[in-house]
Amino acid sequence: MTSIPSEQSSVRRLPGPLEILRGFLSVSVMGFGGVLPWARRMVVEQRRWLTAEEFNEIFAFCQFLPGPNMLNFAVVFGARCSGARGALAAVVGLLGPPVTIVIALGALYGFFGDIPAVRRILAGEAAAAAGLIIAATAKIAEPVFRLRAGPAPFVALAVFAAVGLARWPLLWVLVAATPLSIALAWWWRR
Amino acid sequence: MKGNADGLSDIALHFALLSLLAVGGANAVVPEMHRQAVQIAGWTTDRQFADMFAIAQLAPGPNVMIVTLIGYHVAGLAGALVATVAMCGPSCMLTYFAAQTWRRFEEARWRRVVQAGLVPISVGLIAASALLLARAAGQSWVAVAVTVATAAICYFTRIHPLWMFALAAVLGYANLV
Repeated sequence: MTSIPSEQSSVRRLPGPLEILRGFLSVSVMGFGGVLPWARRMVVEQRRWLTAEEFNEIFAFCQFLPGPNMLNFAVVFGARCSGARGALAAVVGLLGPPVTIVIALGALYGFFGDIPAVRRILAGEAAAAAGLIIAATAKIAEPVFRLRAGPAPFVALAVFAAVGLARWPLLWVLVAATPLSIALAWWWRR
Repeated sequence: MKGNADGLSDIALHFALLSLLAVGGANAVVPEMHRQAVQIAGWTTDRQFADMFAIAQLAPGPNVMIVTLIGYHVAGLAGALVATVAMCGPSCMLTYFAAQTWRRFEEARWRRVVQAGLVPISVGLIAASALLLARAAGQSWVAVAVTVATAAICYFTRIHPLWMFALAAVLGYANLV
């Protein structure tokens, strides 16, 4: 739904509901430590259903809507490829296995009470997950930091500093940065 | 002890509301979830909530899974499903219709300008969450090393990331992280 028209005229074939379901199942089964890197890997790098730019545009749109970002992404991507059925396929693929696994884990937790081993494993997984999201961030940022990107790199750095370094409240940063960034984009494209 | 149906409708209502408030993702409403589950409704103890958060993160999938666990804890399998659907349904519907509308303006110049404005903000937010996750995870030199190694391997090579997760899990289990 988001590409520049000239790009869209390419002959890239869009996946049907079944392919979407399979793709998102693979993402959600492997999606340790957050699904964003895994979904990008599947959609952009492996199956090439979207370009890096298209992925960023859809994901940005999703971040401004309420709800889990990746779930929103699944809805928009699925609908873009094959309508309501595609959206449903993507959501079922993304949620089905994790819900099943987490209920199983929850039941085990009920049997064993608190499990210190879970916390230890989690400390390790969290470190790997952080590394994975850093690598994904670098790839996601590439199109934005390209030559002649205009004000975009500065906006990205400012938002990163405000939310990541200064820890300002997300909502305020969005309220301030969104109109500013759109105005800058308009000025740059004039 | 509340009746099961009461518990279910409480869960449905609460998570359906949170669903539409979760701008910035599910993690943005975890504090509010904690307030409701622990302090107001008494669904879980503080410790149970923390444990559920940990289990939800250990499992693969999007990070809304804590909602499923809370639902399961309160009302079993039905609770798990009701909580998940309540947390995901409203925002999914909203997104679906918002995307249809957005799509109608595909060719509009203003839409491309808005989009060009949103993308760098989104990239900044992703980078910020990466930093926060790395900081939270970096409790030891081994943990930092795992983070750096995973980042480098996933960026520069085509080695499957699951190998790094397996290694990290073993290191964690052995209490080295």
